[in-house]
Amino acid sequence: MTSVAKGELPLRSEHDIVLARQQVRRLTQELKFSLVDQTKMVTAASELARNAMTYGGGGAMHWDVLDVQQRTGLKLLFADEGPGIANMDLAMTDGWTSGKGLGMGLTGAKRLVNDFEIDSKVNGGTRVTITRWK
Amino acid sequence: MEKIPILRMGEFLLVTIQIDMHDQLALKLQDDLSNTITKFGSKGVLIDISSLEMVDSFIGRMVADISGIGKILGAETILVGMQPAVAITLVELGLSLPGVATALNVERGMAILRRKIDADGFDDFSR
Amino acid sequence: MSDATMSNVLKKSGKEIQANWARDLANTTASRGRISAAELDQQAAEFIKLLTIVSDHAKASDITAPEFKDIREFLEGISRSRVAQGFSSDETASFIFSLKKPFFAALRQDAGKDADALADQTWRATELLDALGLHTVKTYQKSREEVINRQQREMLELSTPVVKLWDGILALPMIGTLDSARTQVVMENLLQKVVETGAQIAILDITGVPTVDTLVAQHLLKTVTALRLMGAECIISGVRPQIAQTIVHLGVDLQGVTTKANLADALAFALKRTGNSLKS
Repeated sequence: MTSVAKGELPLRSEHDIVLARQQVRRLTQELKFSLVDQTKMVTAASELARNAMTYGGGGAMHWDVLDVQQRTGLKLLFADEGPGIANMDLAMTDGWTSGKGLGMGLTGAKRLVNDFEIDSKVNGGTRVTITRWK
Repeated sequence: MEKIPILRMGEFLLVTIQIDMHDQLALKLQDDLSNTITKFGSKGVLIDISSLEMVDSFIGRMVADISGIGKILGAETILVGMQPAVAITLVELGLSLPGVATALNVERGMAILRRKIDADGFDDFSR
Repeated sequence: MSDATMSNVLKKSGKEIQANWARDLANTTASRGRISAAELDQQAAEFIKLLTIVSDHAKASDITAPEFKDIREFLEGISRSRVAQGFSSDETASFIFSLKKPFFAALRQDAGKDADALADQTWRATELLDALGLHTVKTYQKSREEVINRQQREMLELSTPVVKLWDGILALPMIGTLDSARTQVVMENLLQKVVETGAQIAILDITGVPTVDTLVAQHLLKTVTALRLMGAECIISGVRPQIAQTIVHLGVDLQGVTTKANLADALAFALKRTGNSLKS
């Protein structure tokens, strides 16, 4: 099942977050990412999946294995139909040294991946796309 | 519902986290630990995460909270066995868990706790 | 149907085509001594076998289709081994392209006087072999890149060796500029060594680091934090006066990290630290 280059799974319950983590772990292992890169991607996925659940009222994680000009990558999209982010600037500020809490975990996740895109509309849901290249 | 077992070793409690926890399970652990510390008057808690291949902000916060709660209840907490990949990722994520003591493994962790308790210490040794 | 012709020819004259092909290959590739004639023969036989199977497939040149999985994987294996054996990309591709000559010869024989059929068949065959040949080159390039990346990593590790100074004390003399990529590799290596040796203290010696700007300071702090999370202590040594000034002027908070002017002081400190813990 993991050799499918494209897929999705729902994020409707807490257990789904665990399933999402396991799926990302399987995918990054199959793609032979280094252990550190695997861990970074799995952790980013955990943060974003939880966001979709907690703030977005549930959604889905879509994955896509990329093969562009000899480079292999894994792209993940976390989409929800929730209330969206009203103040994007605020959501994306977070100093590196603040260890207390990460608010929405967005800035942290951003640092763990190579490409990060976010698209959110008030009452129109949120879509976060992250990509990690080998 | 599954729960994470808490082992009592004299004055200490040992928790070995070996599974991929969902959020509720983590919160339950926090609850169970708080109750167990009080029940036995434990002086120290070792959280062994040497089997954990991922620690995200939720689990990180849980550990920090357990440490804080434990202190209030009279027990020192020490986090042991974090894997290198996990440490690198946590740091990149922005979490440094400043109030949580750490050790390389359970043995070292116990030695540190023992020293701390023998010294009657109120010093903060989360260097 | 025309496509059946291609596969029929392969089934009928497969052995003959293979023999001619193998002979041509032996004259060019094997003579470089990096691959034995026997191995080439075996690869040729396998390729003909797989080619026969896929030529039964209707859309004979869309090699991304699932029916082509086996032959693709076979060629990927060939590419990887050619990379390892030191062949160039065109030497690797010629493995496929040199099949054309004997294959077309067999097609011609089969077509007899039917020029149209022959032209048609030759076109289909060339389309298929070109696609497979290009796939081989693509995989070759990818394998090459992976080898280069791995070698780069190994060089980075070698240039920053982790040294065991004493029981439980590791030192990492950092030399040269600390950029992001380098620090990552070095950090991973150090953390791994800490786990392997069960070290309590790691000394990062930056005597050989020319400048420390905010970015470098951040990289160092990340390493220190990661070490602490794992349960090891970190000392930064070799801090020169200019660097100390830079750190203060930049407002970098060292967050209680112990720093020493030189490695000797750091070692003395570390010995005392680990000596103390043995007393319990």
